[in-house]
Amino acid sequence: LSRAKKAVVFFEVEILDAKTKDKLCFLDKVRTYFFSSYPQWYPARQSIRLDPKGKSLKDEDVLQHLPVGTTATFYFRDLGAQISWVTVFLTEYTGPLVIYLMFYFRVPFIYAPKYDFTTSKHWVVHLACMCHSFHYVKRLLETLFVHRFSHGTMPLRNIFKNCTYYWGFAAWMAYYINHPLYTPPIYGEQQIRLALIVFLFCQIGNFSIHVALRNLRPPGSKTRKIPYPTKNPFTWIFLLVSCPNYTYELGSWLGFTLMTQCLPVAFFTLVGFIQMTVWAKGKHRSYLKEFRDYPPLRSPILPFVL
Amino acid sequence: MASSEEDGTVEEKENNNKKRTISTLATAWLTFYNIAMTAGWLVLAMAMMRFYIQKGTHKGLYRSIARTLKFFQTFALVEVGHCAIGIVRTSVIVTGVQVCSRIFMVWFITNSIRQIQSEESVILFLVVWTVTEITRYSYYTFNLLHHLPYFIKWARYNLFIVLYPLGVVGELMTIYAALPFVRRSGMYSMRLPNVYNVSFDYYYCLIVVMLSYIPLFPQLYFHMLRQRRKVLHGEVIVEKDD
Repeated sequence: LSRAKKAVVFFEVEILDAKTKDKLCFLDKVRTYFFSSYPQWYPARQSIRLDPKGKSLKDEDVLQHLPVGTTATFYFRDLGAQISWVTVFLTEYTGPLVIYLMFYFRVPFIYAPKYDFTTSKHWVVHLACMCHSFHYVKRLLETLFVHRFSHGTMPLRNIFKNCTYYWGFAAWMAYYINHPLYTPPIYGEQQIRLALIVFLFCQIGNFSIHVALRNLRPPGSKTRKIPYPTKNPFTWIFLLVSCPNYTYELGSWLGFTLMTQCLPVAFFTLVGFIQMTVWAKGKHRSYLKEFRDYPPLRSPILPFVL
Repeated sequence: MASSEEDGTVEEKENNNKKRTISTLATAWLTFYNIAMTAGWLVLAMAMMRFYIQKGTHKGLYRSIARTLKFFQTFALVEVGHCAIGIVRTSVIVTGVQVCSRIFMVWFITNSIRQIQSEESVILFLVVWTVTEITRYSYYTFNLLHHLPYFIKWARYNLFIVLYPLGVVGELMTIYAALPFVRRSGMYSMRLPNVYNVSFDYYYCLIVVMLSYIPLFPQLYFHMLRQRRKVLHGEVIVEKDD
């Protein structure tokens, strides 16, 4: 547990009064000046606050608008090595994509040598590979082109934690689905067809929500607004749920579980559901705190239930 | 493994806006619970001593106390509930890990693998657990009654230094002794092909469990050492000020 270090560094900040409006000092300038004196602490890992135990100030905060007098005392805390969200997402999603394909193509040293580079005789295994790969390709493309992140960075240790989770589970699931002794679903074609429909429906839904959330926020901004249903029917779930992207994600994995009838997949779905519920509840709570007129009918992740 | 709970009660936090004292009902229940558990482990201790004195051997000792042990050790699961509802100020996860490791040893090792029940390592960890639990539960009891004799506090924060490693040795040796029997019988294991498309090998699971002691044990041990320094040295400093 690190305590906030009181760094007393005096800067001269010249506030130029331009002809029509004041030149305002944004807090990112403070971070840049701090970084020039302390090169080991780049701006992303500086937590600057007015009170040692208070909340970190944002780059968009303006020096003049803060409750400070002619001299401002800030408290600094080192957040540790940081890594960008985009980097983390790209790494943690590329892993499962590649790992699953390695099991699918039965690369040597995974299964018995006589199975090397063979393919499964069950068509559901090929379908599952396509769905799994589609899911992660979609996630990668969304990371690159759709999502607008509020925070630039997260602590470096998160990438190890996250990658272990995603890559580990991907390997565990892929091992059994692509195993030579894999048993296809009990109810055969019916089960697989229903599972595929559920999966695709939820993938489209999930994508629709991501696009809707992106459109709430103009490029480069970090504003937060209440999401509402749009013309796209997949977004009408916003009437009942605060975080429908998680709802659809759960649905996708339930579909995949049904399709593969594989206990590790069910387990992965369960763990993901627990984590997403925690996130959804947090998001729901912060919506309620921030917006007085937040729709009361909404639940965090499951309509009426959770 | 010995428990690493700091305290059996909730204390009022002066610097908190919310009042954190627990209700009289909760205090009454906790007092009853801790007295009952102290009594239970005392009964176990006496039963073990009586068996050894009468029979002169440890063979069959486990079987004679198995039911009582299973009852009291399993009942300790409620302690997780205590943390969850907040009447005991300890992390749910820490308590959960503690209790689960005990439940695992009792139900999934000694109870289900008959052949290792007469191992000396079983007696070792049983003795360690008994002494630890009697100390711990009586500590909580006296704390709740606001009459804590110093020797109980001393015992709680000093005996673990020896008992903890001894307990770990006993547990690890028992699991190690069980390995060949697990392998031969294939118990709790599942092979492919099956309708759930999963496989599980209890033998390798036990090896992973044994390896997990390596990172977990030092963390818990040093946590207890830090607690000890805080509790025992904290008191010394106060006395000096007086």
